[in-house]
Amino acid sequence: MSTVYFVVQQSFFFSIPLLIVALGGMFSERSGIVNIALEGKMLLGAFTGIFFINRVQNGYIPFLYGFDGHMLLLVALVIAALTGVVVALFHAYASITLNASQIISGVAINMFAPAFSIYVARILTETQQINFNNTFRVPYVPLLGNIPVIGPLFFQNTFVTTYLGFMILGISAFVLYKTKFGLRLRACGEHPQAADSVGVNVSKIRYAGVLISGALAGMGGVIFMVPNSVAFSASVSGYGFLALAVVIFGAWRPGRILFAAVFFGILQAFAAGFSGIAFLRDLPIPMQFYQMAPYVVTLVVLGITSNKTTKNAAPRAAGQPYDKGNR
Amino acid sequence: MKQVIARLKASGDSGLSVLSSLIAVLAGLLVGLVVLLITDAPQAFPAFRHILTFGFQEIRNVGQVLYFATPLILTGLSVGFAYKTGLFNIGASGQYTFGAFVAIWMGLELTFLPPPIRIPLSLLGAMAAGALWGAIPGLLKAFRNVHEVISCIMTNWVGIFLVNFIIMQTIFDPMRNATRTVPLDSNMPGWGLGELFQGGASRPSSVNSGIIVAILAAILVYIILEKTKFGYELKACGFNKDAAKYAGISEKRNIVSSMMISGALAGLGGGLHFLSGAGVEMQVANVLATEGFTGISVALLGLNNPIGIIFGGMLIAYLHMGGFQMQLFGFVPEIIEMVIAVIIYFCAFVLLIKLFLAHRMKKKTLPNEGGTHTGPPPDAGEPNRKEEDEGGAGA
Repeated sequence: MSTVYFVVQQSFFFSIPLLIVALGGMFSERSGIVNIALEGKMLLGAFTGIFFINRVQNGYIPFLYGFDGHMLLLVALVIAALTGVVVALFHAYASITLNASQIISGVAINMFAPAFSIYVARILTETQQINFNNTFRVPYVPLLGNIPVIGPLFFQNTFVTTYLGFMILGISAFVLYKTKFGLRLRACGEHPQAADSVGVNVSKIRYAGVLISGALAGMGGVIFMVPNSVAFSASVSGYGFLALAVVIFGAWRPGRILFAAVFFGILQAFAAGFSGIAFLRDLPIPMQFYQMAPYVVTLVVLGITSNKTTKNAAPRAAGQPYDKGNR
Repeated sequence: MKQVIARLKASGDSGLSVLSSLIAVLAGLLVGLVVLLITDAPQAFPAFRHILTFGFQEIRNVGQVLYFATPLILTGLSVGFAYKTGLFNIGASGQYTFGAFVAIWMGLELTFLPPPIRIPLSLLGAMAAGALWGAIPGLLKAFRNVHEVISCIMTNWVGIFLVNFIIMQTIFDPMRNATRTVPLDSNMPGWGLGELFQGGASRPSSVNSGIIVAILAAILVYIILEKTKFGYELKACGFNKDAAKYAGISEKRNIVSSMMISGALAGLGGGLHFLSGAGVEMQVANVLATEGFTGISVALLGLNNPIGIIFGGMLIAYLHMGGFQMQLFGFVPEIIEMVIAVIIYFCAFVLLIKLFLAHRMKKKTLPNEGGTHTGPPPDAGEPNRKEEDEGGAGA
């Protein structure tokens, strides 16, 4: 039973960042802008967020001396989100205002992000690694952690960010399906000309979609780094790309994105933690096969489940610059 | 300069593309200069001059640029070829890794064959491995309608872990945590190129016959795409899948062939890089090969045109050469990556710059409506939808 708890707790460390970044990707793609820049936005968000934590913890910011714990993490998340928004502005400007290729500006951002964070980190701190003390772990949520089964599964050895992730999921689903903005966003991704004809400002809505995706991706960067690492080194291990896969696997819908993120998180937890699980460690399976497993299983599952339905699930206008003259 | 611009304009659409790419490069370099100035103003100009001129400072450096450009041209061709046929191959990294491994393995294990047979065979092996790895996303796309971007992301990671595993079972050198060193006569012959580009340096340049293979591959890709029925069909699928299907073109077969050719090109790039004789071994690390992603940049810079990609690869290699020297001036070499990223960002505007230039030209000359659309097919990257917009994904 403790193995099950261990795997579930571990899997949240992977699936929550994936969930948040993928929801960001969903907002952008549902508005009609393909977002392969998730990786770059995530990385830069992680960079500024972790850098802030590092500075505060090492006493570089005098008026924040001794500031630590959950509040520090939340402030870092805000900084990361703002970073993501700034980066997203570049993506939005190229792909919405200038009608340029959405893929190209995405590639540029993905390339810029690691280079920029190494450059800045090495100039400011002489080294490219940014260490941080993980003072954010919640060993045990009061009261809820006592509940048998559910307590150890969801309320022990966790992070505030886990609950934040579920909150964002709820808000995203509500915004997308129950608000005027959500309806307009979806319309812009399906048929921008139709949306325009009833007075929706397509480029404004698309800007909103891309900026939301930037904020969520930036936050996702910090949320990925905190449980899974002790130092940021200009990489989020390709999780931005995985989040993109989760968006597609999740058929651009919040509920299915949650499912896809959890599915992948569990597989990743096995891959990362198999040596801590007695019966897996004793099996004569080489390490690389555990590492491969999440990707292979995703491929197989996609191969089996993908069909005409998922094809039609994609926002129809995603990837195409909006051209008023087109009908 | 004016004459150059005039001549480029005279050559019509492709001339405009080149001109707008050059504008993007200048813009990128300018941003680089600004970053250098902000970082350390007194050192900025010497460092910047170094970036601009280092590749030409010695003859040997020119050779090194060609050497570094070899794999980049091939991964660029890989991405560009797929893009022309409506597919976005971000799996070049995994295909490259697989090709590299097979080439190294054959170079190490087939020593009973004479080099003139062994080397071409290794390269063919690399291409086959790349093609096999490219076939997976192709098949999934054609028959199960899995988006190639997602399956390519997956095959990249599976590729690196699988290759690490096979290396550790076969040709592993635990001392260096890498593959064993390939015997000298398994490497690409130099054909005197290394000495040709030696100049006054003490060692010959690392450039070898690989660059010639890369250029030949580019020409071959150009011929396939522009001069054959097969290439025409592939492009037709990229432009408008439904129309191609209506015209009796087998869309499924074309998706798979296109991904396989694309993979073979990336695999060849891996083979050429590791059989260069420059003392590079394949490390066992859980890191994706960057050449595959640089290939995307190369393809974009080359406007997905095979001949443009040759120059795109060389330009990126040239900038990298200058970047290696940045530490002499107290700068971080990653400045080059930033410059390249900015160049690519401005490449996104190429279509706009082109339209602007074309607009100004039209004022002076007779309107010319026959210009060809050199941008990628509108379906590229989002091939699940039918074509609605001629401007499409833009250039």
